Amino acid sequence: MTANLVLAITAGILVAAGVYLLLERSLTRILLGIMVASNGVNLMFLVAAGRPGLPPIVGFGDGADDVSDPLPQAMVLTAIVITMAVAAFVLTMAYRSFQLHGHDEVADDVEDARIRELAQKDVVSESYEDTTFSDTGADVVSE
Amino acid sequence: MLYALIAVHAILGAFTPLLVRRLGARTYFLLALAPLSAGIWLLTKAPAILAGQHYLEVYGWIPALDVDLTLRMGLVQWVLAMIVTWIGVAVLVYSRWYFEGLTSGRSAAVLTLFAGTMLGLVTADNLIVLFIFWELTTIFSYLLIGHDPTRRANRGAAHTALVVTTTGGLMMLVGIIALWSASGTLSLQQLVSDAPTGTLATVGALLMLVGALSKSALVPFHFWLPGAMAAPTPISAYLHAAAMVKAGVYLVAVLAPAFATVPFWRPAVMLLGTLTMIIGGWRALRQTDLKLLLAYGTVSQLGFMVLLVGIGTEAAALAGMGTVISHALFKSTLFMCVGLIDHSAGTRDIRELSGVGYRVPWLAVLAGLAALSMAGMPPLVGFLTKEAAFEAVVNLVVGDIQAITPLAAAALAAALVFGSAITVGYSLRFWWGAFASKSGAPALSWHRPALGMAGVPMFLGAMSLVLGFLGPQLTTLLNPYAERVSHGQPGHGFALWHGFSWPLAMSVIALGTGILLFVFRERIADIQATFPTTVTAEELFHKSMHGLDRISVEVTARTQRGSLSIYLGTILTVLVALATYAMLRIRVWPTYRVFDHWPQLLVASVMAGAAVLAATSRGRIRAVLLVGVTGYGLALLFAMGGAPDLALTQVLVETVTVIVFILVVRKLPRYFTNRPLNSTRWWRVLIALAVGITVTLISLVAVGARVAEPVSKAWYEGAYEFGYGKNIVNVALVDTRAWDTFGEISVLVIAATGVASLIFLRSRVVGLTSTAQAFESREDAPEADSAPGVWLRAGQTLSPNVRSLVFEVITRMLFGIMIVVSLYLLLAGHNWPGGGFAGGLVAGMALFIRYLAAGRHELDEAAPFDAGRLLGGGLLLALGAAIAPLFFGGTVLQSYDITLAIPLLGELHLVSSTLFDIGVYLVVVGMLLDVARSLGSGIDQHASEEIAPVPIPDSTKAIPGYGGSR
Repeated sequence: MTANLVLAITAGILVAAGVYLLLERSLTRILLGIMVASNGVNLMFLVAAGRPGLPPIVGFGDGADDVSDPLPQAMVLTAIVITMAVAAFVLTMAYRSFQLHGHDEVADDVEDARIRELAQKDVVSESYEDTTFSDTGADVVSE
Repeated sequence: MLYALIAVHAILGAFTPLLVRRLGARTYFLLALAPLSAGIWLLTKAPAILAGQHYLEVYGWIPALDVDLTLRMGLVQWVLAMIVTWIGVAVLVYSRWYFEGLTSGRSAAVLTLFAGTMLGLVTADNLIVLFIFWELTTIFSYLLIGHDPTRRANRGAAHTALVVTTTGGLMMLVGIIALWSASGTLSLQQLVSDAPTGTLATVGALLMLVGALSKSALVPFHFWLPGAMAAPTPISAYLHAAAMVKAGVYLVAVLAPAFATVPFWRPAVMLLGTLTMIIGGWRALRQTDLKLLLAYGTVSQLGFMVLLVGIGTEAAALAGMGTVISHALFKSTLFMCVGLIDHSAGTRDIRELSGVGYRVPWLAVLAGLAALSMAGMPPLVGFLTKEAAFEAVVNLVVGDIQAITPLAAAALAAALVFGSAITVGYSLRFWWGAFASKSGAPALSWHRPALGMAGVPMFLGAMSLVLGFLGPQLTTLLNPYAERVSHGQPGHGFALWHGFSWPLAMSVIALGTGILLFVFRERIADIQATFPTTVTAEELFHKSMHGLDRISVEVTARTQRGSLSIYLGTILTVLVALATYAMLRIRVWPTYRVFDHWPQLLVASVMAGAAVLAATSRGRIRAVLLVGVTGYGLALLFAMGGAPDLALTQVLVETVTVIVFILVVRKLPRYFTNRPLNSTRWWRVLIALAVGITVTLISLVAVGARVAEPVSKAWYEGAYEFGYGKNIVNVALVDTRAWDTFGEISVLVIAATGVASLIFLRSRVVGLTSTAQAFESREDAPEADSAPGVWLRAGQTLSPNVRSLVFEVITRMLFGIMIVVSLYLLLAGHNWPGGGFAGGLVAGMALFIRYLAAGRHELDEAAPFDAGRLLGGGLLLALGAAIAPLFFGGTVLQSYDITLAIPLLGELHLVSSTLFDIGVYLVVVGMLLDVARSLGSGIDQHASEEIAPVPIPDSTKAIPGYGGSR
């Protein structure tokens, strides 16, 4: 089976553009990156489906060999609709971010920065408790 | 029946919080019914069990893994179950007064659940089930120790107990699996009656022993038990004296007859047992808190018991089981006495208690009985069992079994006598500390305890005395168990008088030394103080916890950078690296053709150009439209590539997506942020290029990999034969792969709910306003024009400046047509391009157009209901369609075809999977309605309430919607 080079390269370009956007900080751009990249991946499925044939509908052609492979199509159909749902959700998050902060940049996690500080100071985590109780100490006295 | 009894515990436990609200502390009476019923049932089984029969209850569970829910009750199990249930009854009844004024049912509930679990633990035959009960008791113990999480001591003690016992438990699990592989059975009874041999079996048995030792708080795990005294006293009496810590003893008692001979078992049991006995007792000698004194005493006794049942001779086994019974009796009595003193005097510190014996002489007598039993004095049951133990050791010295040399046995005997002497010492210290008058102690404040609260320990204490005279009967009861141990001579049994013999001499020595230890207690304390301090197991434990925490901090700091782009970059780099590695090994690459026809090349180059421009574009809308170009281009490629369904759906989705983007982007700044990340730009370009090239290569490889017959070849025939549809893709979605579709529409529901929640925040259900209501609330009070001939009813709610009559007219005409088209696509989809997705998208778009033409009131006119109903209804319909065939004897998602003959219109051919597709349709419409209502109407509403973000002109930022202050 031969591969369609132009479509394969186009898929690669779409994914590359998507990845470039994905590594951004602005949530809107990240979302656009996801969308371009998923268009690229869907195109990749079209390439991987082999030589295109007639629409996969019974009655077209004389048999299974004449129509396109329906399996990748079913997968891609699912992917298209899911991408739409994801887009709507992430877009709303971007809107909400503007509503709260006036920008939609994905900030670095503050908690992780605090853990790095702890590591630099060579100390234990904040939730750690030194639970030593001596066998005569007041610590162990219960009700 | 046994499961039903365990279930009674669980049910009562579950309802405890409700009961406590009505009954307060009296709930404990009700809760005591659970162990009481179990205890009575056990009594009715007594004749059969004593006759040597087994009680068996079998239910299947996971046959493939040999896991079944078998409960098997032999003699040992019955004895332990009796202890667990009857002490449970006593403790729960006692708790009714101890916890007077109870408001929270948490501890009571957990205590009841624990009692049921413990019953399961001592009767489970399948090792996996036993392990589950085992770990459940650990968890309940954790919850009970940490009953007051605001106190540091409780938190720390609970945590320590949990970590130590689960570590042992996990080792035990490994041991269970090792024994399973070695023997091929998970049944405890089969394992013991036909013990496997070999290295694996040895390792398994020793790991089981580790689990048992950790649960029973033997050295080096002993430190968790005194910490566990942070729990309230009745709980300590039950879990940490009578029941849970006995689980380890029970396990050793069951395993020892079969596994005592494996290498290292006896040395480990003997060494750790005596060490625990002496260390526990030694520490008990210097406690000033009565409860802690008892806790260390328990540690000491547990060592003693594990030693006896683990050593694997007949006499020792008999003595061990006897000790289990006597210990349960006297230790729970003593704990309850301490609880009583604590409750009535407000302290349990030896240095503050003085003259309790004069105030409540009956309590002093009663506790004295229990303490004497603990010390092993006649005529109490403790004496009987201790004598039997000494006899077993004497047997060892004279060469009872080959495996233990005379010197080792003599050392053991000496250690046990010393241990018993210490026991006498701390028993006296306990009694003296609790009841004696001491000079310099503060005056005693005492209030009378409730009669019931005093009655329970009185009864248990009396039992110690009564049982002391029932030695022969006790011997008859336990002998069948001891006889199963095939090593060593049988003991003489329990009796108050055996004649002048070595055991008696040892008892006398122990008593004498113990009294000396007590009399010279201050000297002893001075001597103890001079001993060098060594690293204790507890310190090691805390150091390792500290180290673990440090390691996790370091690892987290290194791996969890908190930056999204770093995470994504890592994932993508791994993708490239792994794919490249795999592709480097490919020797023959597939042949390729450059392109199929010129239109294809044209569309592809436009898409590629649009993608690159979108990536570099700074304008928000420009980027959105460019991404849209790639989407529409993809639809064209689908159409050319023999995928009409995809092309249709892609066009519709792309349109919806662009509309949705525009709806939101209107409130966002025109340009993207001027990013400060220019330094990393080239890195990002590099990763992007690498991933892009990888994807291109992967798609080439994927084509080359198409050498086998595609699974979908059979679909051509199958689609019509089993799915009754001609459109193979649609049949795949609603029949062949319908579960995937079901998952997908669930995602749609989740996403729609997420969108609505982010906009409306508090309520998923939005208040709908009809046009008439919208007019009523307006200040200029115009009349709603409801005359016929109005194109769109809500059009007048818009300001005349933004109204477009042409748009309204077109919408009016288009809406009906679009709905009809959407229904056509839905119903025709099974045989022709279309289906629930495409149909739903068209219907959703029709709603969008109504909104765009005449605003949010028009949307409410078009769909006067909450979108959640469509989403939920659609999901429910799809689920119903999926499982309905089950009721007609089919399998899930099986399709049936129905041919309806409709007069005039001819035949309507319906397939049952159309129902599923209608569910999909409803979910898609619901989702788009939700999106339109949230991102359209919702944002309009935000704008009118001035809580929408306002883009700052010539800036990449906006003024936050809540004025920056939320």
